[in-house]
Amino acid sequence: MSGKVDQRRREFVSVAGLAAAASVVAPGVFLQATAQAEPRSAPVSSKTRYGMLIDTTKCVDGCSDCVSGCEKENGLDLLKMPEGADPEEWDRQRPRWIRTVKVKDRLTGTVTSLPMMCQHCEFPPCQDVCPTGASFRRVDGIVMVDRHTCIGCRYCMMACPYKARSFIHEDIDEKLTIAPRGKGCVESCNLCVHRRDNGGTTTACQDACKHGAILFGDLNDPNSEIAQELRRQNNTELRADLKLNTGVRYRGI
Amino acid sequence: MKKIYYREWGIESPRYWGILAVLGVFLAVGGLAALYMEHHGHWVTGMNNEIVWGVPHVFAIFLIVAASGALNIAAFGSVFGKKIHKSLGRLSAMLAMSLLVGGLLVLVLDLGQPTRLIVAMTEYNFKSIFAWNIFLYVGFLVIVAVYLFTMMERKASKYYPTAGLVAFVWRLILTTGTGSIFGFIVARQGYDAAIMAPMFIIMSFAYGMAIYLLMLMFTFKLDGRPLGEKLLGRLKNLLGIFAAAVLYFVLVYHLTNLYGTENHEYEAFILRDGGIYTTLFWVGWILLGLLVPMGIVFHPALGKTHGGIIAASLLVILGGFVAMYVIVIGGQAFPMAMFPDKVIIESGFYDGVNGQPLHYAPSIWEFLLGVGGVAVSLAATLVGVRVLKLLPVSLEDEIVDPYHS
Ligand code: SF4
Ligand code: SF4
Ligand code: SF4
Repeated sequence: MSGKVDQRRREFVSVAGLAAAASVVAPGVFLQATAQAEPRSAPVSSKTRYGMLIDTTKCVDGCSDCVSGCEKENGLDLLKMPEGADPEEWDRQRPRWIRTVKVKDRLTGTVTSLPMMCQHCEFPPCQDVCPTGASFRRVDGIVMVDRHTCIGCRYCMMACPYKARSFIHEDIDEKLTIAPRGKGCVESCNLCVHRRDNGGTTTACQDACKHGAILFGDLNDPNSEIAQELRRQNNTELRADLKLNTGVRYRGI
Repeated sequence: MKKIYYREWGIESPRYWGILAVLGVFLAVGGLAALYMEHHGHWVTGMNNEIVWGVPHVFAIFLIVAASGALNIAAFGSVFGKKIHKSLGRLSAMLAMSLLVGGLLVLVLDLGQPTRLIVAMTEYNFKSIFAWNIFLYVGFLVIVAVYLFTMMERKASKYYPTAGLVAFVWRLILTTGTGSIFGFIVARQGYDAAIMAPMFIIMSFAYGMAIYLLMLMFTFKLDGRPLGEKLLGRLKNLLGIFAAAVLYFVLVYHLTNLYGTENHEYEAFILRDGGIYTTLFWVGWILLGLLVPMGIVFHPALGKTHGGIIAASLLVILGGFVAMYVIVIGGQAFPMAMFPDKVIIESGFYDGVNGQPLHYAPSIWEFLLGVGGVAVSLAATLVGVRVLKLLPVSLEDEIVDPYHS
């Protein structure tokens, strides 16, 4: 049943995505947009569970290449501060899908740097609370927001234990067709979903990380690199006590 | 008990329209503020990605909670057979509906995409307590309207007790639902408590009663209708008891929280180190919002004066707003424990570095929207009492006789 719903949503999202592409892109570019959308891989399947492994021992203090990589890929760098806004306030209001965090262990004093993004929970609180179902989990494990049904209530932001979501506080002038965006909606890391639908095997943050701290893959495929790595060494879930079974795992914390 | 007659609010037209005009100004300003925020986006507000629910939610939740509380006065009449309350029931129902409409309006106008509300009505996610609340609110309006009808229409009066019971049960569920919006947020230390829902119910009793008392005294005074001192004394005593009950629940809430180790830090934040939130909690909520009004209403002399009762009611209402501010905003300002055994020492996204509270400076627009919602509630009630027979011609003690029940 839920598989069916997710399938329907996925179709809806891709149709909506195409429609957005058609309306945004000029006629000449339109063909190309369609061409881009063509080599879609096999339908989303529940056999797959996408996730990431973050090796914090490789993550370098002071580096934020993953953040820039994500912002470029998903058009977050196109956002401009509205005229008249206070830069400090605006910095708290502009969206971020991924950020770097530095933590210090209370007991040992060990300092660790790590990137944080949506953890792609198997049981996502953001989905449970969303009144319209705009916040949803695809059968392949990707949690994302359907921008066309989000009413901007921000309940998902209240409920997410990782502060992974951002609200769009301003008018959007420029956006990428792969990452539709609009004032008054909530968004977050979607594991570069456009790459999934086009057969890509990495995420932008992974590609951007020169230190190899981020690994993306199918957690359910025993032969995938990520599954092997997860088997090879201990890994942790953030806030494991909440039993959300996150798709993003950390090593070294 | 003598027969009670009801009549429309009969103050002279210029006065009536004058009052509505004043409320209309607040309403218009609130509407403009909403338009302004909607047009530019939420960056013109103090809300950000950390404090995602701001002052509009404080107003909206207060009004919604008070709405269900305002209905109690009627419910005591039909459910518990208190005759004294029966004569007060019509205004109670009208006030309940008006407060709910005002609160919902604020809630909706603060959405990022208010025009998509229709989506919320059609794309139901039945797992979401928020979605259930939409259903509860609409149901409340319908049920209370029917209830009011059974009070006013003699032919329907045989359904009055049933309607009253349904309305009363519905209002309990509604406040539980509102409280549960927070109870369901397991990730935030300040909200994860089963006591949230019952605490909201008891708060609704107090806030509803305070608003009701003020409205009753205001409408009666302006129209020169007699209002018995014994009746007033009973209502203000109830107000004092409700305030005491809120105090009790707040204490239980924080004490049980103190026992749970994982909540120590949150408790220290609200009760001791939270800066503005600590001040608001102790001074605004506990002292001014509960202890002082309790002192006034139970004071042998002060409690008998109209001024005292008005002051106590106003303080309870003020305390209610402060309470919502502490719960809604304070609960978000306290940094979430994303790494329970670690301290965040740097972050690219304001994650409460070194346990610092998250920043929120509310904007004037948010307050104007909230005040606009209050104006809607008041105006709707006053129009209601003007065009419908809601107010008893007299509530003299000989007529309602509080000692017959
Ligand atoms: S991390 Fe937050 S946004 Fe991502 S799936 Fe979990 S609850 Fe939802
Ligand atoms: S903000 Fe959007 S995605 Fe989040 S809970 Fe509300 S409707 Fe759902
Ligand atoms: S997976 Fe993609 S969307 Fe998510 S943080 Fe990395 S680059 Fe951004």
